[in-house]
Amino acid sequence: MQEKLIYKKPNSITDVNFSYCPGCGHSTVHKIIGEIVDELNLREKIIGVAPVGCAVFAYDFWDFDVTEAAHGRTPAVATAIKRVLPDRVVFSYQGDGDLASIGMAEIIHTANRGENITVIFINNTNYGMTGGQLAPTTLLNQKTTTSPFGRDAKNYGYPIKMLELLAPLPGVKYLERVKVTDAASIIKAKNAIKKAFTYQIENVGFAMVEVLSGCPTNWRKEPVEANKWIDEEVSKYFPIMKIKDIK
Amino acid sequence: MSESNKILIKGNHAIVEAAIDAGCRFYAGYPITPQNEIPEYMSKRMPEVGGVFLQAESELISINLVFGAAVAGARAMTTSSSPGISLMQEGISYMAGCELPGVIVNVQRGGPGLGNISPSQSDYYQAVKPGHGDYRLIVLAPYNTQEMYDFTFEAFDLADKYRNPVMILTDGLLGQIMESIDLKRRKSQYLNTEKKWALTGAKGRKGQRILSLLMKPGELEKHNFHLKEKYDLIYKTEKRYEKFSINKDTDYLIVAFGTVARISKETIKIANDLKIGLFRPITLFPFPYEELKEIAKNVKKIFVFEMNLGQMLDDVKIAVEDSKKIEFYGRPGGGVPTAEELLNFIIKKVK
Repeated sequence: MQEKLIYKKPNSITDVNFSYCPGCGHSTVHKIIGEIVDELNLREKIIGVAPVGCAVFAYDFWDFDVTEAAHGRTPAVATAIKRVLPDRVVFSYQGDGDLASIGMAEIIHTANRGENITVIFINNTNYGMTGGQLAPTTLLNQKTTTSPFGRDAKNYGYPIKMLELLAPLPGVKYLERVKVTDAASIIKAKNAIKKAFTYQIENVGFAMVEVLSGCPTNWRKEPVEANKWIDEEVSKYFPIMKIKDIK
Repeated sequence: MSESNKILIKGNHAIVEAAIDAGCRFYAGYPITPQNEIPEYMSKRMPEVGGVFLQAESELISINLVFGAAVAGARAMTTSSSPGISLMQEGISYMAGCELPGVIVNVQRGGPGLGNISPSQSDYYQAVKPGHGDYRLIVLAPYNTQEMYDFTFEAFDLADKYRNPVMILTDGLLGQIMESIDLKRRKSQYLNTEKKWALTGAKGRKGQRILSLLMKPGELEKHNFHLKEKYDLIYKTEKRYEKFSINKDTDYLIVAFGTVARISKETIKIANDLKIGLFRPITLFPFPYEELKEIAKNVKKIFVFEMNLGQMLDDVKIAVEDSKKIEFYGRPGGGVPTAEELLNFIIKKVK
């Protein structure tokens, strides 16, 4: 019988088992990045900056250079690495607490300077690592461990749309929001992330992809239910679309 | 070959020239008085030498830019003044944990809070006994413009040698005055040492990590013991101090660093029949405990003078082990003592 290899683990992914919960989007996005690194032959020139949050252990799963950064300072660290080594490919990988809360100044100014880096923004509408607290992206009425009665705008403000916030900045070249809830959306997500890396390689400038990502554990949902909630509710507020593409 | 090059220069500018001469090619800073001449001059000098100048959006970002530049293997520096250094403490702790070299200059001003913009030494604690976690910075305290240049230059070698952040603890007076100094243009010893740990892309090797997060059982404890070994080595190797006018007849010893040490030399010159010597710690970490202890044995009284409420005083007490011998006089909140003022205090205590 002739064997045909139709699927394998990307070379840029290590043998360490993902520590993420079942149904979590991080594993999928990690794998997508691993595939892109292989396909674009970046393993020897890419440097990743991992956040504080669930993806704090990202460096265990990628077989390329990865540094940690203090909570939210991720784009600053990525900026400096890229400025020192402009011919390398540098990306920050951040969650919603890291990027949209404690790291708000970093992301806005990095974007505004038009740093030629790639930002992968995982939006799962809560602080996953610390047990599901309210994030800047938590939906209205969504219950979290620090909004037990649901998010009401009067007390907590509104969920923030980071891509729409960054879009007017002239230094920002590419912004797209994707999801990873089924095979079709994963392919689209991969295309967007690949484009963001390609833009950096072509010196186009700052590119960021937001991935709506399931957090079944803290959402108190089964993985399938969680994906359905992204498809039906989360993506209603955070529309799956290309926000900006100057090329 | 080193060439002699005398120029008249402001303290803050001397720091810039020293960094450039030491091969620093990455600078990030944020405006705060009394150190603004540093980012201003850097914004001109860095492009001239092909380096990176970034005006950060805050001191938080300054130090994290330095963190990133160090990750990539560059010699990097940031500067600020007291309130800004408080903001940097997070990043400095991460650098110490990740064992990243880098130079941080603190041109101190009065505090607490926004304080004022007068010279001060009130950040001794946050330099020598810094932020969260068990770690140390190498801290150098210049007392004239020449040392602003020399110590900044040497700080980059120390940082690379030990893979540790180094702080220059100076103040608004030393930052602002102009003096004639010798720009030695020496060769930096560790500049071209290969940083195998740096992240430059995993070319022909496995992916590397730079981390301070060590979650596996016992891992962090082991790392901290490793840091302790490093600090012990620094303590053994890098202690620096100056002895001035100390001999077997010395009755009274002044212990002072930075600006106050300089004023204290004047005090000694105008002291007439009083036999006073000065012990000036130059490295505040490692603090020269044994050396001070030896000298302290032979004097009647020890005078600790600082521009704060008594911070280095703690370390002097550890060294001397006889608090009854120690007298403290401090000027907090931007107060700068005169030589006469210090002499009067001594006279009052010994007569």
